[in-house]
Amino acid sequence: MALSRDEIREGLSDILEEVAGVNPDDVADGKSFTDDLDVDSLAMVEVVVAAEEKFGVKIPDDEVANLKTVGDAVSYIEKG
Amino acid sequence: MTEVVVTGLGATTPLGGDVASTWEALVAGRSGVHQLTHEWARELPCRIAAELAVEPSEVLPRVRLRRLDRSEQIALVAAQQAWDDAGLSDDLDKERLGVVFGSGIGGALTLLAQDDILEESGARKVSPFTVPMLMPNGPAAVVGLEFGAQAGVHAPTSACATSAEAISWAADMIRAGRADVVVAGGAEAVIGGLPMAGFSSMKAMSTRNDDPEHASRPWDRDRDGFVMGEGSGALILERREHAEARGAKIYAVVAGSGLTSDGYDIVQPDPECRGGGRAMAAAIRQAGIDPKDIGHVNAHATSTPVGDMAEVKGIKREVGDHVVLTATKSMTGHLLGGAGAVESIAAILAIAEGVIPPTINLENPDPALDLDVAANEARKVELNAALNTAFGFGGHNAALLFTKA
Repeated sequence: MALSRDEIREGLSDILEEVAGVNPDDVADGKSFTDDLDVDSLAMVEVVVAAEEKFGVKIPDDEVANLKTVGDAVSYIEKG
Repeated sequence: MTEVVVTGLGATTPLGGDVASTWEALVAGRSGVHQLTHEWARELPCRIAAELAVEPSEVLPRVRLRRLDRSEQIALVAAQQAWDDAGLSDDLDKERLGVVFGSGIGGALTLLAQDDILEESGARKVSPFTVPMLMPNGPAAVVGLEFGAQAGVHAPTSACATSAEAISWAADMIRAGRADVVVAGGAEAVIGGLPMAGFSSMKAMSTRNDDPEHASRPWDRDRDGFVMGEGSGALILERREHAEARGAKIYAVVAGSGLTSDGYDIVQPDPECRGGGRAMAAAIRQAGIDPKDIGHVNAHATSTPVGDMAEVKGIKREVGDHVVLTATKSMTGHLLGGAGAVESIAAILAIAEGVIPPTINLENPDPALDLDVAANEARKVELNAALNTAFGFGGHNAALLFTKA
């Protein structure tokens, strides 16, 4: 069964906390990874690899550039 | 000539998580060497080492730890202590702030761990922080970033002479007018299967596995090699006028330093300690003092059969037969790239406190040892000047001469 947006966001929030120390309370669809959550490009690489593993999806490198906000990432993962 | 003084000290060692606890253990003659209980150590010829007394995870935030090699973590811990000890603050002119911080081997544990990930899980799983974690200039870069140093961040690598060389470069940087304040030191954290197996294959390490606390025994007849330790030492070096203007406390003066190379062998020490002796002579010459005024040498003495006695010859020739020696590696183990800085701190505190820490385990002195050693018990003595020596594989020699503030 496919995960809901809330479930994906929660999973993503766990990853962000683990690899980049992001406070889960700050994670919301409208938040920008770089501007709001202080996730720099190297940390983003770790987030992507962890998300691929957790959600069983492939996130190609040229797609990562389009994932600017938490909402972008949730939508991409939701599509599978 | 520009005078360079020491205004801050920091350390994390097998004896303590800071300078005060390390110094207390040194003076008390406590060993930091233990048996290794890790799975990876089970089949090694040497299964003893001096691991840190305080894990960096007790000091640094979790996410910070993830992105730093262990050597970088402890560099940061020691440097922050030294910075705070010196009473430095963020309003310092960063264009006049430098860093010289080295590591003998660098991020070897990161390299090995990430290679395991590459083999087992593929390239995509390799950490994006791998390169900044394993590069040998990592500790210097991390310390430089922490304090915003802009006068230059340098990373000498000369094996076990590394952090003594760093202090020498730092003093030169100030004398050359390139900086007012320099964070100097070194860090090493390579207690792991491959580095230990490599040193063991050279027959450089003690195999006194059933008696770890007595394994590091410089100048003792029954010494059989060094014991690996991990740790970091950091010193704040400062132009005297700059330190005085801000009312800083001054531990000691970096009166002279000498750097030479053996041109002899990649790993064997010159049995006459000619290169090491020339480093000592250069430090004494720069300081412009009479060798008779040097009351103490914190020697390199690693507990290896050849090196220990060669150094004694050099000290006798260049400093004289009046000095009191000690080898604090008998307690800390050999901190490799961190050794020179931690032992310089010990030499500086020996001057400041009037106490020379003991050389423990000196039960049966080598018959060729004909200099006075603070054997097994700390020695109270008034000191005006003390020398620290550090020699590294590759034939690198460093000598640092500290005088009373």
